[in-house]
Amino acid sequence: MNFIHPPEFKESTRHKKIETAPLPGRAILPLSQHAGAPSEPVVRVGDAVKTGSLIAQAKGFISSNLHSSISGKVVACEVFTHPIIGRFRAIAVESDGQDTRAFPDSHRIASDIGSKEIIDIIKEAGIVGLGGAAFPTHVKLSPPSGKRIGTLIINGAECEPFLSCDHRLMLEKPKEIISGIHLIAKVLDVREVLIGVEENKLDAMEALGSALFRLKASLDFAPLVALGTSRDRQGLKIKIIKLKTRYPQGGEKQLIKTLLKKEVPSGGLPMDVGCVVDNVQTVFAVYEAVYFGKPLYERVVTVSGSFLKNPKNLKVRIGTPIKNLLEFCGLDTKRDIYDIIMGGPMTGVSQYDLDAPVIKGTSGILVLDPRFENDEENDCIRCSRCIEACPAGLMPCMIGLGTKNNRFDIAGLYHPLDCIECGACAYVCPSRIPLVQYIKLAKMKLKKK
Amino acid sequence: MFRVSPAPHIKSNLSSRKIMYLVMLALLPAGIAGVYIYGLCSLKVIFISMASCVLWELLFLKFRHKDPRIVLDGSALLTGLLLAYNLPPEVPFWIPVVGAWASIILGKQLFGGLGHNIFNPALVGRVFLQISWPVYMTTWKNPRWALDSVSTATPLAKEGARSFSYIDLFLGNHGGCIGEVCILALLIGVLFLIFTNVISFHTPLSFFGTVMVLAWIFGGKGIFQGDPIFHLLAGGLILGAFFMATDYVTSPLTRRGKIIFGIGCGLLTILIRLKGGYPEGVSYAILFMNAMVPMIDRYTKTRKYGLVKKGR
Repeated sequence: MNFIHPPEFKESTRHKKIETAPLPGRAILPLSQHAGAPSEPVVRVGDAVKTGSLIAQAKGFISSNLHSSISGKVVACEVFTHPIIGRFRAIAVESDGQDTRAFPDSHRIASDIGSKEIIDIIKEAGIVGLGGAAFPTHVKLSPPSGKRIGTLIINGAECEPFLSCDHRLMLEKPKEIISGIHLIAKVLDVREVLIGVEENKLDAMEALGSALFRLKASLDFAPLVALGTSRDRQGLKIKIIKLKTRYPQGGEKQLIKTLLKKEVPSGGLPMDVGCVVDNVQTVFAVYEAVYFGKPLYERVVTVSGSFLKNPKNLKVRIGTPIKNLLEFCGLDTKRDIYDIIMGGPMTGVSQYDLDAPVIKGTSGILVLDPRFENDEENDCIRCSRCIEACPAGLMPCMIGLGTKNNRFDIAGLYHPLDCIECGACAYVCPSRIPLVQYIKLAKMKLKKK
Repeated sequence: MFRVSPAPHIKSNLSSRKIMYLVMLALLPAGIAGVYIYGLCSLKVIFISMASCVLWELLFLKFRHKDPRIVLDGSALLTGLLLAYNLPPEVPFWIPVVGAWASIILGKQLFGGLGHNIFNPALVGRVFLQISWPVYMTTWKNPRWALDSVSTATPLAKEGARSFSYIDLFLGNHGGCIGEVCILALLIGVLFLIFTNVISFHTPLSFFGTVMVLAWIFGGKGIFQGDPIFHLLAGGLILGAFFMATDYVTSPLTRRGKIIFGIGCGLLTILIRLKGGYPEGVSYAILFMNAMVPMIDRYTKTRKYGLVKKGR
């Protein structure tokens, strides 16, 4: 498998503790923040809501609940700027500044909760994959009967440059993450859990390891077998695995190949090779939902890049406009900014409106300066760097060539549908060809057929 | 205030132009060696060749109403440099000018410019000159310090001659083309290119590996009597294998393809050297294999992720 090694740019935030961002005056909560069907509003304009009140319901099997992230009044339900898909219907909540909660916030004893109940809690809490794809977690955790899940993989690779939110969460909340892992392992009834962390986060690995040890000691589990490896009474084996720092190590399929030496069949899902992959932030959200009844209405976001006086890792309410966060981190808006991105620099989306809200899948907000400006596109010189970089084993230049000449029949011969859109090919391309865009176009054309 | 661009938002800092200049930098030691060995006449050839490549390209771009700044991509300069390295040091001044015309216009621009040419432009120029003016192209000059300075033959032409020690061949103490004689200087450039990841070793290794094995088997009077080291050091094999056969545009895309390409080049080189009418076969071998590249590419696609057998 191929990987690339872009510069990390993580130094400015990796040592910064997670801070709580100020409450937004108005939260904009798009109805489509997840993979699958948009949720259906259950509140009307003028209704009073509390923090954590259900405001939109899952519609269909693959969908997710949506909760208010602040307390106040619903002021609008119309089309707003959406950070990923441009514009979409959203519910706007005006804050009353009280932040009264709609859930009890008392510790629940989780040891006697059944796995069916855990799935229901996850579904009610509107938890989706927080690594970026935002696939509803309860769907992932209910594999069709006949699919045997043997391994749970926890994704703490965080291979995108600049981002450090998962790193900080593992460092600051290791105990909670381990507890969350136990919950998910119970649901899936797996015996083996692998936590994959890139080796540029050794401190996070240590934190997880000692949390694992302490938790087991306090719960009178069997003694440690090896560093970071032990079996508890239910036979659950949790292993923390050091991964090489390379991109896209945290891609689901790449992580599975590295850890299990198995390839997910083309067009298949991780469950086809008997595993489920969850991001550390998702695990943390599951922990909070099960133990405290807290719905998913906030997450940790890295705000970093150029022109920021204080780049930070922030605990942010979903729906906070990115302008608030950039101002909180001291953005100098007078400077000539090149690009503002939601997500990582390799796969993130450029923003055209600073009123766009943080959504469930937002891992970072980055400000880039003109230093990162793209050069003009040139013709392909067939250097084969994209082929050497492609983690999916494709030939991006050939797909690009076919698409550019409107020959989607040729582009289709090179398997564009297997592209994971990680951007490694376009990163290395010396001719600055926007290969990911060409491949996306080829995908669209081929799917239409 | 800010712009919207497609992902990825960061790019590696290696651009096509930078690659061209890195290759030229890697070729610099061989050029210095050529000038040192044969004197200033080689510098004149190098200069005329590079300048006329740029001029021909400019003229063509103007004629086709294209942006003249394309000439700055460095490919014309590199072609000019490689063409000069493939010429004897004392050719008349118009030889590199005509060679540059063949390289740039026939070899590259008529196909659509950089990235679209099928054949290596510098080799197109060299072969054009070789066929049209064989006398000029085979009039060699001895090193400056040799007693008889005029026309001698290259080691390969002296059938079976052992008048050159390996060290002479390695350092370039004999007649030959400007850039191909000093193996030491070429290898310095090769190390630089491999270290900076500009070229991969697949094509060159399979290329001269094939040449050496076949030279050992068939190169001598009996079987397994040949001299593989002589065939490696004499002629343009090192220059061709590392700097011409590795040209991105005219070589296959995948590693497997590159190895097949290199083996094909090696086969043809030794065939021409041992059985053909010309003493040297590297440039013809590479040009022949250039024509095979689309077919090699078709049959050496990469194996994609997830191509696993169903059912476990």
